[in-house]
Amino acid sequence: MSRFAKKVLRQAQDESSITDIGDTYKLGHSDKFEYAYKSAKGISEERVREISAMKAEPEWMLEIRLKALKVFWEKELPTWGGDMSKINFDEIYYYLKPLEKAGRTWDEVPPEIKATFEKIGVPQAEREALAGVKSQYDSEVIYGSLRKSLADKGVIFLGMDEGLKQYPDLVKEYFGKLIPMGDNKLAALNTAAWSGGSFIYVPKGVDVGLPLQTYFRINSENAGQFERTLIILDEGANLHYIEGCSAPSYSSGSLHAAVVEIFVKKGAKMQYTTVQNWYKNVYNLVTKRARVEEDGLMRWIDGNLGSKLTMKYPSCILAGRKARGEILSIAWAGADQHQDTGAKMIHLAPETTSQILSKSISKGGGRATYRGLVQINKGAKGARSKVVCDALILDSKSRSDTYPTNKIMENESTLEHEAVVSRISEEQLFYLMSRGISEHEAEGMIVNGFLEPVMREVPFEYAIEMNRLVNLEMEGSVG
Amino acid sequence: MKTQELKKSRTQDNELLIIKKLKVEVEGKEILKGVDLEVARGEVVALMGPNGSGKSSFSNTLMGNPNYKITEGEIFFEGKKINEMSPDERANLGIFMAFQYPVSIPGVTVREMLIASMRSKGQEVKALDVKRQVEEVARELRIGDDLLSRGLNEGFSGGEKKKMEILQMKVLQPKLAILDETDSGLDMDALNFVAYELQRQIEQTGMSVILITHYQKMLSLVEVDKVVVLKKGLLVDKGGKTLIAELGKNGYKKYE
Repeated sequence: MSRFAKKVLRQAQDESSITDIGDTYKLGHSDKFEYAYKSAKGISEERVREISAMKAEPEWMLEIRLKALKVFWEKELPTWGGDMSKINFDEIYYYLKPLEKAGRTWDEVPPEIKATFEKIGVPQAEREALAGVKSQYDSEVIYGSLRKSLADKGVIFLGMDEGLKQYPDLVKEYFGKLIPMGDNKLAALNTAAWSGGSFIYVPKGVDVGLPLQTYFRINSENAGQFERTLIILDEGANLHYIEGCSAPSYSSGSLHAAVVEIFVKKGAKMQYTTVQNWYKNVYNLVTKRARVEEDGLMRWIDGNLGSKLTMKYPSCILAGRKARGEILSIAWAGADQHQDTGAKMIHLAPETTSQILSKSISKGGGRATYRGLVQINKGAKGARSKVVCDALILDSKSRSDTYPTNKIMENESTLEHEAVVSRISEEQLFYLMSRGISEHEAEGMIVNGFLEPVMREVPFEYAIEMNRLVNLEMEGSVG
Repeated sequence: MKTQELKKSRTQDNELLIIKKLKVEVEGKEILKGVDLEVARGEVVALMGPNGSGKSSFSNTLMGNPNYKITEGEIFFEGKKINEMSPDERANLGIFMAFQYPVSIPGVTVREMLIASMRSKGQEVKALDVKRQVEEVARELRIGDDLLSRGLNEGFSGGEKKKMEILQMKVLQPKLAILDETDSGLDMDALNFVAYELQRQIEQTGMSVILITHYQKMLSLVEVDKVVVLKKGLLVDKGGKTLIAELGKNGYKKYE
């Protein structure tokens, strides 16, 4: 508790505002309109066939879905990580189709939905800073665009459903090859029930320049969002992809179980930035993996601010000589939140390098867990990996844990690991306050300063947005 | 012209800081045992005394460090009692302390901190103007550009930290600056231009100073109006410049 004067009054205000924290969530409204199609609750073979039929999919995809459904039923939920016992898979709507078909122009999007995306800033961002946009609303991508110059160069940026329709052979070649349905229970569920997500192909040597972005929005109560993203970067290609997420503030939770597979070919460079701001009743259980060939670079930038429970460990399989993997992540665990996040780096080839920088903050009883794996296989001579995990705990109710696993099978390799858990020191607070800055603002500055090494890698407008979200969360800090 | 006016105001009984019978405890132990001190506008007071006499406790108490508990006595700043005020409230009245051991604030640049400071005072400032001002003062103090873009005091040498404190004082322009052994850790050259900048600011803004130091050099470079000696939590002597020379020669033996 604060020792800097005005104690009693300030504490009373703080405690009331902590319970109000949901009120600061600006994207918590829901849009009311008639869905084009809403499936019954729960998942079954019948439901999977229905989803596949509505999408008029090829037979092989239906077979994959049905097989995955069996795997989902057979597999147990993981016993490690967060508490998933409250997820009732029978209460979830697995398929919600908002519109008959996706809009090509912004004018085709219904006004209610348009207003939501405008609040999020999507159309403006598209005009100013993006090369292409997709907006997914519950189960379907409802709007998309791509600059003509990129389409002319052969860049493909489609919703996953559309991608399957137009490029079935490409999808068949890569789908589920990096994250097989048996990988984990949620990946199996995604494979059975997937809808939406992005399909991107960047041809040899093409630099996309400005980022491509997809915005994911869950609108309905108890909705499940199972987007499936597949990105293929051909040799020497360069892409920055951004995803953002939000959901309304419903009393009962939603489930977001995505699968993202990325193939980075020789000499290609990929950055994947996530700003996850789901409402605090969403279970966010995501599997993300990239395979990086010779001289390729995969960079995950992962900001997890929202959700009730997030379990996500973006991975790089460094398969070619001199392939590089980087993961920079921020996790914010506030009241009733558990961020169980981390990274996996698998070194298969010589001279591969990886870097993990993980920053977490826990506050108001929140729990931040770092869970990571560095594996250096026999033969990956000269492989190097550096792991830095910093945790900042803002009060005595909150918790931070670190579970690093290192499997080093090659002697000629190096691994550095640093883990620091810290609290905001009174000395730092006193210093900033002696410069006229209020205790509350001083705490915010220290927190933002702590996050700065990751924020500086995030595109400017997203860094501003993340700073804003952190400052909102800092409101009502007891210190 | 401006300087003259300020000198004049100094002679009018115009007290900025009045401390009466101040007693202070740290972790239950009495450190200051009844200190009285007055500092006039524009006045430079040298606070001297052996190690452990309570000089740093005195400056921390003035700034409102919560580890220092006032058990008795009063502190008035511009006639207002500030005993109960938080450090930020005191800073916004115009009190500044250059720390003896400045902490580092990772990821926060001095510029970002100063912008927040100035806005806390209700000043409307543009980030770009502050940036320019900080760069200019940094040049005067021979502070390298790379230090400005780093987190405050992160990996700074002792001397760099001290110069960064003076930079903040120059930008924030307080009414009262408490310099807690700012000269220790500075090399001769740095000491010379820090003292020069301090003297310039006193003359230009009429700032009052409480100068805590062990070294004669600093006191010879800054125009000191009054010298007070603190020993075991009590003021044991008071005098003009001549006292500095005397202490330099004989030390604190005579107060045994």
